[in-house]
Amino acid sequence: MLRIDGLSAWYGEAQALREVSMHVAEGEIVTLVGRNGAGKTTLLRCLMGLHGAHGRTAGTVSLFDDDITKLAGHARARRGLGYVPDDRGIFATLSVEENLTLPPKMGPDPWSLERVYETFPMLRERRRFPGTKLSGGEQQMLALARVLRTGARLLLCDEPTEGLSPLIVQRIGEILREVRAAGVTVLLIEQNVHFAASVADRHYLLAEGRIVESLDSAQVREREHELLEYLGI
Amino acid sequence: MLQQAFNGLVGGAFYALLALGLAVIFGMLGVVNLSHGAFYMLGAFGAFIALDSFGLNFWLSLVLVPPLLGLAGVVLERLFVRRLTPLDPLYNFLFTFGLALILQDLVKRQYGVNSQQYPRPSQLDGTVDLGLFTYPAYQVFVLGVSALTCLAVWLVLTRSRVGMIVRAATERPELTRALGIDVGRWVTPVFGFGIALAAFAGVLAAPMRAVNPLMGSDLIITVFAVVVIGGLGSVFGSVAAGFAVGLVSALGNLYIPSLSQTLVFILMAAVLLWRPAGLFGREEAFR
Repeated sequence: MLRIDGLSAWYGEAQALREVSMHVAEGEIVTLVGRNGAGKTTLLRCLMGLHGAHGRTAGTVSLFDDDITKLAGHARARRGLGYVPDDRGIFATLSVEENLTLPPKMGPDPWSLERVYETFPMLRERRRFPGTKLSGGEQQMLALARVLRTGARLLLCDEPTEGLSPLIVQRIGEILREVRAAGVTVLLIEQNVHFAASVADRHYLLAEGRIVESLDSAQVREREHELLEYLGI
Repeated sequence: MLQQAFNGLVGGAFYALLALGLAVIFGMLGVVNLSHGAFYMLGAFGAFIALDSFGLNFWLSLVLVPPLLGLAGVVLERLFVRRLTPLDPLYNFLFTFGLALILQDLVKRQYGVNSQQYPRPSQLDGTVDLGLFTYPAYQVFVLGVSALTCLAVWLVLTRSRVGMIVRAATERPELTRALGIDVGRWVTPVFGFGIALAAFAGVLAAPMRAVNPLMGSDLIITVFAVVVIGGLGSVFGSVAAGFAVGLVSALGNLYIPSLSQTLVFILMAAVLLWRPAGLFGREEAFR
């Protein structure tokens, strides 16, 4: 579904990604694991077409066998990419409900507001609140719900569990499995190796802008301690 | 004192209209439009020329001049600003600054530096009894129209889908795009609209202020202070700060006349010390 070939990216003279090639198949949950500064966020931003404003890129990205390398961010979203940024990207000037209704419905199975509120009852209770008045966990739910509202086919989630309590992390895991069961594919950045192994099928280890290893969840579980040490957690 | 406060609000109405346009343009395009004052000046001259050369009265100017200059803004955005936006912000900074100088000098060449007279519309020539004091009817009209305009813009921004998109794109243009919204499509109309607001303020100013080529550059420095006080990119903040700054400088004029010119900037410094993102700005805006 998603194929990346020789993707490189620069910030000015500094190279952030070095010929990254990888793929994600339909219905998979794949994680990108790596230290801070390894290029994980840059990779997701490149996929979303958001890197252009800061620097150069090279290589190709294709989605459903269509080359989307030259497409602008909104056009990529219309092809089925949904992006949840690392800071959750909740609009402070928009209410919770406006945050949900802002994106146009694009994919074949966009979530209705009703479905969102059934899955996340606290969003219904707070629908008139400014988006950023929610707690971190609630904001993460809102960010996920918002991207599901678009009907995205492939979710790009940048560390959805960062800084959240174990209970909420568990809930996010459930939601990711739920949406996968509904046919949505997920590529997520994850430092929580344990969580990654429990939710994802495959893992790419990124270091200094390169993919250095490709692992399955059994391998990650086996090497959990080694990986945690490597990641410095 | 009440009368002075009223003067302040009328002055503040101009700040608010100009700051509103600057704020939406800055928010959505990330462009500090240094030619904003020049378009205010062109609005006033537009009204003057319309009357002088075509015999069009104030009311027709008020309806015709802002959309025409707004259209000029649209062309400007399409031809120049858009091309410079992906580059360092300094390019648009210099471009709009240069443009302001060129527009000013073109008007100066034609009409000189002396102020032109523009008559008040006859319907608003008298005074209004406000109970405690009487006040020129035209000034009351300016205050009312500006407040209504700001209110209308606020309603559009908070109640409509277009407004929601503009608010989102003002806050995080990149993320708004990533959610499937073609922000670029809204950039040109927003730029044109901001310019039209400046021109509208200019037409309103013509009957009560000196119409000369420098009227915009004199005002715009204060308007930038207003936008900073209100919080960069915050639409509500810039309007509120506009009226507040008008009030403060008018009262300052009354009590500490020696400081009347600098008071706004003292206020700006004080606000920034207290809230670095401005009164209604958000810290995130700096990322």
